[in-house]
Amino acid sequence: MSLVLTYARYQFLETVRIPVAVIATVFFPAASMLFFVVPSIGSDPRAATLATASMVVFASMVTCLFQYGAGVAEDRALPWEPFVRTLPAGPGPRFAARVLVGTAFVLVAVVPVVVIAVLFTEATLSPARFAAALGALVVVVVPFTLLGLAIGYSLPAKAATAVATISFLPLAFGGGLMGDPEDLPGFIETIAPFLPTRGAGELIWAAVSDIAVEPVSMIMLGVWTVAAGAAAVVAYRRDEGRRFS
Amino acid sequence: MTGLIARAAGVSRRYGDIVALDHVDLDIPRGQLVGLLGPNGAGKSTLINLFVGLRRPDDGRVEIRGRNPMTPATRRIVGVTPQETGLPLSLRVGETARLVAAHFADPVPPAELFERFGLTGIEGRQCGSLSGGQKRRLAVALAFAGRPEIVFLDEPTTGLDVDARHHLWEGIRAFHAEGGTVVLTSHYLDEVEALAERVVVIDHGRVIRDGSTAEIRDVAGMRRVSLTAGELPALPGVVSAASDDTGRAHLMTTDADALVRELVTAGVPFRDLEVRSTSLEDAFLAMTANDHRSLA
Repeated sequence: MSLVLTYARYQFLETVRIPVAVIATVFFPAASMLFFVVPSIGSDPRAATLATASMVVFASMVTCLFQYGAGVAEDRALPWEPFVRTLPAGPGPRFAARVLVGTAFVLVAVVPVVVIAVLFTEATLSPARFAAALGALVVVVVPFTLLGLAIGYSLPAKAATAVATISFLPLAFGGGLMGDPEDLPGFIETIAPFLPTRGAGELIWAAVSDIAVEPVSMIMLGVWTVAAGAAAVVAYRRDEGRRFS
Repeated sequence: MTGLIARAAGVSRRYGDIVALDHVDLDIPRGQLVGLLGPNGAGKSTLINLFVGLRRPDDGRVEIRGRNPMTPATRRIVGVTPQETGLPLSLRVGETARLVAAHFADPVPPAELFERFGLTGIEGRQCGSLSGGQKRRLAVALAFAGRPEIVFLDEPTTGLDVDARHHLWEGIRAFHAEGGTVVLTSHYLDEVEALAERVVVIDHGRVIRDGSTAEIRDVAGMRRVSLTAGELPALPGVVSAASDDTGRAHLMTTDADALVRELVTAGVPFRDLEVRSTSLEDAFLAMTANDHRSLA
C-alpha cells in the first residue's frame, strides 16, 4: 500500500511539473463553463444546475482521456519504464497509483467548474443531492478511465494524444453535454443514448434533478464500460507481451 | 553463502526470425565479477534482460538464486543498469533515488549513494537537466540503491569521460570487494580487462569462449609485434598487419619468435622492436575474425 502512495506521489509530481498538461485538463471544462454556460443559461436555477452537471461529466471525460490516454502512451515510450519493471514490484501498485492520480485530477478539473457555477450562475444543490452527485461521479469515472487506458495501452504516444483530442468533442456534443439535455438538437437526439457521455450525463442529472435515467442510455453505458474494459485489458496484455515477454 | 547466484541453462530467445540467444549455458557463482563481451547484436543485452526478468526465454531456464526472475520477489537482491539510460525527466535526482529505494526493505540512504557515485550536490536538480554523464552515473547508482547481491550493468560507462569511468570502476570494485556479484557488458574492452576476473565471449547468440581474463587472452595465442621499418617483405605467420600514423607497423602473429627470426635473417632494417601479449580486444577480434561486424 505504501508503494501505491509512493508511486502516486511521484506520478502526481511528474504531471504537475509539466503545467501544460494540468492547464489543458482544467482549462477545457472551465472555459466551456465560462463561455458556453454562464452567458447563455439565464436565471433558471434548474437549467444552471443541469448545465453544471453536464460540464462535470465533460471535465471527467476530458481528464480521463488525456491523463490515461496520452499519459500512459507517453510513459510506455520512455526508457524509464523497463527499468522500473526490473524493480521488485509487480504492475499492480503502479496501476493502482495511476488510477488514484487520474481520479485526483478529475477532482482538480471538476472543482473549477463547480466554483464557477456557484459564483456566476443560479445553480443550487441540496447537501443530499450533492452527495448523490459525488456518488454518480465515481461511477461515471469508471468507463472514461477504461476508455483512456484502452487508448493509452494500444497506441503510440502521438496517436494516443491525437485520438484523445479528436474524440472528446464528438463525445461531448454527441452525448448532449453542450446543450439542454431535455431538448437535444436534430440527430443528436438519435445518437446520444448510444454514446457513453449521455449515460454518464443522465446519472449525474438524475442525481441533481428530477430527470430520470433512460434504459437505453444505461444499457449502452454498461456496454461501453465492458467494451472499454476488455479493450484496455487486451491492449495491456498485448503491450506486455510485445515488449516484455 | 557460496554457490551459484545466477544461472542460465539451455536458454534460447528469438525475436521473430532472429535468434538472439541459442542454447546458452552460463553459471555465475556468488561474488564473481563477470564481463560479457561481444559485438553489437551478439545477444549480451538479451541475456541480461532475461536475468533481470524483463523478458522470458523461449527455451531453457533462467534463475536468480534458484528462482524465476519474472517473480518480483526474486528481484529484491538484483540491481540493474539498462543499456539505455531511462530517468523520470521531471523528477528531481533525490526523488528518483527515493522512489527506487521505496522498493527495498533496507535501501542505501540516498545521501550515501550519491556520495559513492559522485552525485552529491545535484540532488535537487531535475533528471532532465542533468548532463549525459550525470544521467549515466545516476542510472548506475540506482542499480546499487537496494543493497543488491548481484548487479547487471549493461555498458555502464558509455558516454563517461575517463575520470568518471575510473570513479565508477572504483565503485564497482568496492561492491565486488564486499562480496557483491557483478555482471557487466562493455564496449570498452579495457574496462572488461581492468575489472573482470572472468570473461564470457558471446557471438551470434552463443557463448564462444568462457574463461579468466588471462585465459581468454591466451586462447587467441596472439602476439603483437611492433616495429619501425621501411617496406616490409612478405613474412610468414602474420595474421594481420597494420601501420599507425607514425608509420609504425603492428603485426599480429601466432608465432612471434619465428617472425622476429625471419625479420633478422631477411636483413630488414628496423628499430624499436616490441613484442607484446595481445589485449583482450585483439584476442576478441581474432576470435570473431570471420565476422565483419564492427565493435562499435
